Amino acid sequence: MSIHSKGRGLQVYSVLYLLFLYAPILLLPIFAFNSGTIIAFPLQGFTTDWFVQMWGNATLRRALTNSLTIAFSASVLATCLGVFAARASTRFKFPGRGGMMAFIMLPMVLPEIIVAMSLLVVLLGMGVQLSLLTVILGHALICMPYAIAILSTAFSSLDRSLEEAAYDLGESKWGAFRLVTLPLVMPGIISSLLISFTISLDEFIIAFFLAGNEPTLPTYIFSQLRFPRSIPVIMALGTVLVLLSIVLLAIGEYFRRRGNARIGGSPTGGLL
Amino acid sequence: MTDAKPMIECRDVHKYYGDYHALRGIDLTINGGEFFSLLGPSGCGKTTLLRTIAGFEDISSGVVLIDRRSMEDVPANKRPTNMVFQSYAIFPHLTVAENVAFGLRRDPRSKADKAAAVEEALGMVGLKGYGARSAHALSGGQRQRVALARALILKPKVLLLDEPLSALDRKMREQMQVELIKLQRQVGITFVLVTHDQEEALVMSDRIAVMFEGEIAQLDGPEALYARPATRRVADFIGVMNFLPARIVSDMSGVVTVDVDGLGQVELPASQISRANPDDDGIVIGFRPETMTLVAVGAAHTQPRETNATIDEVVYYGDMTYYDLRLDGVGQVNGKPRTVRISMRNVFGRDVQEVGTRTRLAWSPGSLVLFR
Amino acid sequence: MAKFDAEAKAGLSLIAPPFLYALGILAIPLLTILAYSFLTDGYLEIIRDFTWANYAEVLTDPIVLVVMMRSLIVAAAVTALTVGLAFPVAYYVSFVVRPERKAMWLFLITIPFWTSYLIRVFLWKVILGYNGVVNSSLTGLGIIDEPLTFILYNVNSIVITLAHAYAPFAILPIFVALEKIDRSLLEAGRDLGESRAMTFWRVTLPLAMPGVLAAVLIVFIPTIGDYVTPEVIGGGKIPMIANMIQVQMLALDNRPLGSALAVMAMVVVAVISAVFLFLNRRFLKVRQ
Repeated sequence: MSIHSKGRGLQVYSVLYLLFLYAPILLLPIFAFNSGTIIAFPLQGFTTDWFVQMWGNATLRRALTNSLTIAFSASVLATCLGVFAARASTRFKFPGRGGMMAFIMLPMVLPEIIVAMSLLVVLLGMGVQLSLLTVILGHALICMPYAIAILSTAFSSLDRSLEEAAYDLGESKWGAFRLVTLPLVMPGIISSLLISFTISLDEFIIAFFLAGNEPTLPTYIFSQLRFPRSIPVIMALGTVLVLLSIVLLAIGEYFRRRGNARIGGSPTGGLL
Repeated sequence: MTDAKPMIECRDVHKYYGDYHALRGIDLTINGGEFFSLLGPSGCGKTTLLRTIAGFEDISSGVVLIDRRSMEDVPANKRPTNMVFQSYAIFPHLTVAENVAFGLRRDPRSKADKAAAVEEALGMVGLKGYGARSAHALSGGQRQRVALARALILKPKVLLLDEPLSALDRKMREQMQVELIKLQRQVGITFVLVTHDQEEALVMSDRIAVMFEGEIAQLDGPEALYARPATRRVADFIGVMNFLPARIVSDMSGVVTVDVDGLGQVELPASQISRANPDDDGIVIGFRPETMTLVAVGAAHTQPRETNATIDEVVYYGDMTYYDLRLDGVGQVNGKPRTVRISMRNVFGRDVQEVGTRTRLAWSPGSLVLFR
Repeated sequence: MAKFDAEAKAGLSLIAPPFLYALGILAIPLLTILAYSFLTDGYLEIIRDFTWANYAEVLTDPIVLVVMMRSLIVAAAVTALTVGLAFPVAYYVSFVVRPERKAMWLFLITIPFWTSYLIRVFLWKVILGYNGVVNSSLTGLGIIDEPLTFILYNVNSIVITLAHAYAPFAILPIFVALEKIDRSLLEAGRDLGESRAMTFWRVTLPLAMPGVLAAVLIVFIPTIGDYVTPEVIGGGKIPMIANMIQVQMLALDNRPLGSALAVMAMVVVAVISAVFLFLNRRFLKVRQ
């Protein structure tokens, strides 16, 4: 049938497109295990030196600790705030709901440089010492819209009468939330935590301007990109980070789908 | 079934959503042990009234008493009512048994006693042995039963059912109707059912309140509701009713004489007189399709009156046949002949008539209702 | 009435924490920037005199104009490229891929988006550079003698890098719009005698338009404010508006001028977004 010939052309195109999407990521491990110090073909030979060097680098380890601290705190903060916003917007009608939600979601489309610069100006004006905390505040702000997008899907696919039923059966409002709503949106919460964690771990601009002298993984990478000698180690680090991101995302996706399946939602449809 | 003791009393209940007047002075008494239905089209306020009784909606003014206790400031989780939701609201993360036991969390009984109570409740709805099943693997009918068991295990004074059968297919619905009636007789508590399906309400209820636009239009038993609709709108909503234009000839001491198109002059007592709607096109009389009989020309019948007619359309239903008739002396409406619909049971030996046949319609004035 | 007030109260008290957070971390800084943009830069501090001078400078400085135009052109090119390349993929996933495999495709498409942005940008520099993957491979294979120069550290390489970075942003909204199309409409189009191509042109494309416009917006806005790509690929020599803001704010320590630049950039983005939202509304109206 002609549908198949049409589908074939599109399929070839789509696979090529995926290849384009993955091209840089696929190059990462190739150069991470290449013994040559210059990032170019032809390859020299196989080595794991760069991973060993990476592990021995004290600044990098400090950057890793910082990044994990920031990502953990920011994802918890963003998800907690996101739970409030998602529940408010999916469950209640109140004046100014649309406007307030639009404002909370604004960082999703606002260039990060503007968020970073304006926050920096205020923090410096107030005499606040730049630290991991200031990065956490900024990261929670930009993670919050993504958290809300995920959590809103979880909350809105929830039958409202479930909570009413629990209340009707004698539970308090809090009991109904704890025993019924929370377990049912838990996959969404986990998914939101993981996505926020991934965003924060990868975020450069806010970390670059708001961390003061503390390195994070992206700012450390940025500082090393100028030195050709450091590049192979960065490739090794990138390989590890990409693997970590994929694992986190896969877990997040698993929970999101399981949550959907449990409350009878569709398996497709993601963040947007 | 019903005892005279009032279980639910609504006194001049009003409910506003902003400017929208959802309940407009509901006065209603539902007796203990009664199977009571709130019937009406969507948006008539029947669900709002049910949710008001359950405590999910505050009322704007008026009083709601349950078992003679005012429900003001009594939240839904403290009321002696339980609800079966339209979607059933079965907790998808729990098993059947955990769903049924949900309301027993603060019950001081031992674990074993609670488990026995759950098993008993499941047995009552025909789900014995289903306790360990996961809730999201249940069929629609099974969900409904779990919802019933979950509510009944708490031994509420009133069970509220919000369109509980609307999600089921026709066969399952008819089966559940009978089961619900049996269940209600067995447990003996008051059931309040919300439905938009008039047939369902007629089948199941001891009494029915028909609601339009936030008001109760008629509160009666099924037979009275069907045979003597209080308003033309109720008549239109419940079953099929034929209407023929009529003129009042005399109106003396409660007995009204009317001249009906096609039927001639009839005397009707006050019990056969109902209200027309304000926007109706004049005075009409109404009758149900099955109250009149089609008889072959020359055949004998027991009804006191008869009218000549022509068969305009025949609709065959297997067990029944509907005939649309043009009565002699009835004019046109909107450029087409005005017809009335008569239903005849297809008993053995009775032939289905053909379109265009001249026939006689036998009837009795007792089956007529005047809307004025 | 009472019920409505109670519901509003519950909703407002729930939304308060995230809203106040966004107010404190986003609104106050943005308003500060706005206020700064009307103040005068002193040597060490900011002089609290109201002035339009910063805006006058921003609007008349030829360098600002060049950078702003470059940002707009890069963003427009990236948007056109991304959305144009993305549409067939979204169409493929929505119309050809079997339903149970759609989620996997979407997942595959989104993964690269979440993986280290900085490293991906850098890798494009590696791929496209003078001794990069493309050039070293092509010269090694003897296809070219001299390295290709049109992909070197210039606006072209910025466009390619950004188009790669924002690809999923373009695919997802188009996919969602295509998914919403009632398939029987397409059959109706065919049934009414239209060819496949004409059905696509007259039915599918108009119905997918809101998704395309959403994709345009969602790609255009972040790319126009991108900081990393010009910095890494262009090595600071071909700045876009974000780099200029940063330089004014920090390197030159002229916060009022930097603020005015930021405000102007936001206004430009807002105006363009408003135009697209208006177009989107027109399309939505047509759909109803």
